[in-house]
Amino acid sequence: MLKSPHLLGIKDLDEESIHLIVKTAKEFKEVLNRPIKKVPSLRDVTIANVFFENSTRTRLSFELAEKRLSADTINFSASGSSVKKGETLLDTVNNILAMKVDMIVMRHASPGAPHYLAKHIKANIVNAGDGTHEHPTQALLDTYSLQEKLGDLSGKNIAIIGDILHSRVALSNIYALKKQGANVRLCGPSTLIPKHIQSLGVEVSHDVKSTLQWCDAANVLRIQLERQQIKYFPSLREYSQFFGITRQMLEELPKEIVLMHPGPINRGVELSSDAADSPHSIILDQVENGVAVRMAVLYLLASRG
Amino acid sequence: MTRKLILSSPLLEITISRLCQELIENQIQDTETVILGLQPRGIYFAERIAAELGKQLNTNFQVGRLDATFFRDDYRRRDTIAPNSTDISFLIENKRVILVDDVLATGRMVRAALDAMNSFGRPAKVELCVLIDRIYNRDLPINADYVGKSVNTLPTEKVLVEWKEQGHEADKIWLITQ
Repeated sequence: MLKSPHLLGIKDLDEESIHLIVKTAKEFKEVLNRPIKKVPSLRDVTIANVFFENSTRTRLSFELAEKRLSADTINFSASGSSVKKGETLLDTVNNILAMKVDMIVMRHASPGAPHYLAKHIKANIVNAGDGTHEHPTQALLDTYSLQEKLGDLSGKNIAIIGDILHSRVALSNIYALKKQGANVRLCGPSTLIPKHIQSLGVEVSHDVKSTLQWCDAANVLRIQLERQQIKYFPSLREYSQFFGITRQMLEELPKEIVLMHPGPINRGVELSSDAADSPHSIILDQVENGVAVRMAVLYLLASRG
Repeated sequence: MTRKLILSSPLLEITISRLCQELIENQIQDTETVILGLQPRGIYFAERIAAELGKQLNTNFQVGRLDATFFRDDYRRRDTIAPNSTDISFLIENKRVILVDDVLATGRMVRAALDAMNSFGRPAKVELCVLIDRIYNRDLPINADYVGKSVNTLPTEKVLVEWKEQGHEADKIWLITQ
């Protein structure tokens, strides 16, 4: 049983809860391969997907997970809503809750927005990404996908490569991997690695080739130009020369590594097309596992009522 | 708390053998009959039944594991129960399914299992085989077709089944009174 009625971040989740979610997700993945891919567990639960920021994968994945669990769902996106007329976050959510909603899945551009909501409202809250802070379900599905390939992650070498500074996926993954005893190395231009990140127990490198040689799996992140108000590197072309990963680089490695990407991919920037489509890549497995992991999270949280 | 042994070897082997005779008497055939063990402990009993049937008929029966956790009717009414694995690597459409569980009490798990099974297809016929039938404990109109042993228990009592496959020294079935 999960200790909190909310999933706000991996930081507050203990290792036991991570294992429970992954184990439950494994059983839901089996459900998703049945002729009838639906279970009735959440048939008396209504879930609102409240997205203040753009999303394709996460939103579709949550919506599908909710439908597979037989929950009723409503969708809200900030564009075209009363948010533009000046309504506050708390008012918006309280209005949604007044329609008898039990759970809120929220993505917001401000770090800590779901934590703030959790303090003020009664529904279960799932953080679907809060600014540059955390994206817990992504880290959980990455954990599940990695465990499928590598088994127990304790002692495994995992590299996170790219725009660490603006990435909520990176922070959630660092917490999740460290809690499971993995060795984590971050790799990217020094301007995109947060200061003092070593205090989380991770190594930092600026050399992609040696990082790929060191790791068992590499999680490659997108350059988040939409969050960059200043220039962190001279040009995308230069970035891809220094930090882009090609299929040739993967094939020259002494051992086969697992290649991950949370999407959306900027082909030709952080990953070349042939690397993204190579047998090393488990990018589409991540998407498939995402539905199962989100089903597990919703199932375990909803059971707390 | 007191424990009373209600079934153990060699009587258990005799019971399993007798249940298989009953199944054979009702003309089960390996080509059209499949066996589904209900998680968590019915799976061991299902394996035993399949092995004994295989021995008696000199053939192999397909055995699957069915977990009905996601179909329970007490979700959100009690603490979460972690799911177990489901493993059905054959078709149940138009098959005769022998649903196997260790203990039949309220019948609610069997109700959930019947629902869970529907996700895999429409069986021609479903029959229920249980090792222990706790009579007078039923909440639903469900009865077993094949019963190892009927016991009369109070709702406050508990039947605990220990299988060797779970790491116990020997197969033992206990009646526990609080």
